[in-house]
Amino acid sequence: MNGYYQLNKSTESALQISQLSKVYEDGFVALKGIDLNVQEGDFFALLGPNGAGKSTTIGIICSLVRKTEGSVTIFGHDIDADFSGAKQYVGVVPQEFNFNQFEKPVDILINQAGYFGIPANIAAERAQRFLVQLGLWDKAHVPSRTLSGGMKRRLMIARALMHDPKLLVLDEPTAGVDIELRRSMWEFLQEINKQGTTIILTTHYLEEAESLCRNVAIIDHGQIVQNTSIRELISQLNKETFILDTREQIIGCPQVEGYPLKQIDTNTLEVEVEKSQSINELFAALTNQGLHVVSMRNKTNRLEELFFDLVAKNLQEKGNG
Amino acid sequence: MDNRQKWIAFTTIVRREIHRFMRIWPQTLVPPVITIVLYFVIFGRLIGGRIGEMSGLPYIQFVAPGLIMMSVITNSYSNVVSSFYGSKFQRNIEELLVSPTPNWIILLGYVVGGMSRGLGVGALVTILSLYFADFSLHSLPITVGIVLMTSLMFSLAGLINAVFANSFDDISIIPTFVLTPLIYLGGVFYSIELLGEFWGSVSLINPILYMVNAFRYGMVGITDINIAWSFAMVGLFSTLLFFVALNLLEKGSRLRS
Repeated sequence: MNGYYQLNKSTESALQISQLSKVYEDGFVALKGIDLNVQEGDFFALLGPNGAGKSTTIGIICSLVRKTEGSVTIFGHDIDADFSGAKQYVGVVPQEFNFNQFEKPVDILINQAGYFGIPANIAAERAQRFLVQLGLWDKAHVPSRTLSGGMKRRLMIARALMHDPKLLVLDEPTAGVDIELRRSMWEFLQEINKQGTTIILTTHYLEEAESLCRNVAIIDHGQIVQNTSIRELISQLNKETFILDTREQIIGCPQVEGYPLKQIDTNTLEVEVEKSQSINELFAALTNQGLHVVSMRNKTNRLEELFFDLVAKNLQEKGNG
Repeated sequence: MDNRQKWIAFTTIVRREIHRFMRIWPQTLVPPVITIVLYFVIFGRLIGGRIGEMSGLPYIQFVAPGLIMMSVITNSYSNVVSSFYGSKFQRNIEELLVSPTPNWIILLGYVVGGMSRGLGVGALVTILSLYFADFSLHSLPITVGIVLMTSLMFSLAGLINAVFANSFDDISIIPTFVLTPLIYLGGVFYSIELLGEFWGSVSLINPILYMVNAFRYGMVGITDINIAWSFAMVGLFSTLLFFVALNLLEKGSRLRS
């Protein structure tokens, strides 16, 4: 799967956030004047630990949270000056289930289209299309409370697409979804992104961001600590930790100069490799010692390593400050 | 949103609201009808026969308009309060809040949904009342006008209650401790002439008295209250409640963080 599709040539901003801040009534400062720019056609990841300000940002974009200061513009429509116009462009998939559990999926979708002024005949056609695409058509007429967690998530994606938004915002859409279903949701999201829908995604699965997204912002304690392309971010990695599986049993941890090896079990080694080093050199040295590597993988997701580094660094700076 | 889109949004909310109370008709339509039929049997037939006349009318004819109005009031109120609070509780109100539907359309959608149930139950009760009492309608415009305005007013009140409610207990406090006493003391079962000068005057601060009397006048032609004054009071309260409810939605009180 390749998440790196070409961006549209258009340079229009899908979302422009400037000096956005939010202070809740209890005094909690959720956002401290963040700036963010998402281009039309982008597949953008907003990452951050719990409580970093991701959901608050999304809440402000889709009008469920009132901002304290700053500006938000969606496809050129300022949410203060033309909120109704701005809302037409945004579809949102929240983290929590927020549909009437007693209604049928098909009714939920048709009603949602109605709230955007879409006639019932067009809404019915779209509802059927999305329910089929997302594998929910056989559940279209059952009470939605009877759907599984994964089905409910897909229903919320379908609902967010009913008014054909140009910007789709998903707040942890695959949380609690099994791997197979997660992959099929990724394919669906990639397909609608290919068709021109700009997507902003928050997720805890950093593999998800790496596989799907082109650009990323990392938010921590209400501040953007990194805003760049995924490729650029990953290129900042100086070293990676690999797990190597060997064909032969390991008797005593092998020693290779410059490569700190650690034995995990009888057929598994762990090694830290710097960007300037060659993995082929390591394989050759191990072969000389009678160990053939049959497979290798990253110990942790590459983005995950970076993410932890950045968040830890931000925390350290705060401590020093 | 252009006017056509607003109309679609409005009819979507109304259709959804009607569908909601029709789907659960054993909870929403049957109990109020049974309750009112019991009132007719007990207060109209069994006790009413011994009471004789009230304001020159057989007792059953006197109470019937009040009982119909009582069903309209309670059902208009309870439909909106339970539906709107239920949407808050399940958070599906967010479906509307993220949409470009203007707040006044959201308000009207819920209110017309509440009025549909209130007037629907009122119509069922009216049909049943014909079995117990004979009516010759005194004034159709007054009857229809006051019942529409009353239903509107209590639907608005129900929405305000739902906005402030934080639990299901909160949506039953007003109906139990405010609405029911006001209805029972609002001239449904007696004429305020029976109360004497002091308590009769105190009764005048009860808005339900005006609605019940105007409705009774429309149906059977007798009233304790000036009809124009009744319409003015209901109109004033409805306008006030409309702007309070709209203001709450505009501010997003207890709906947006």
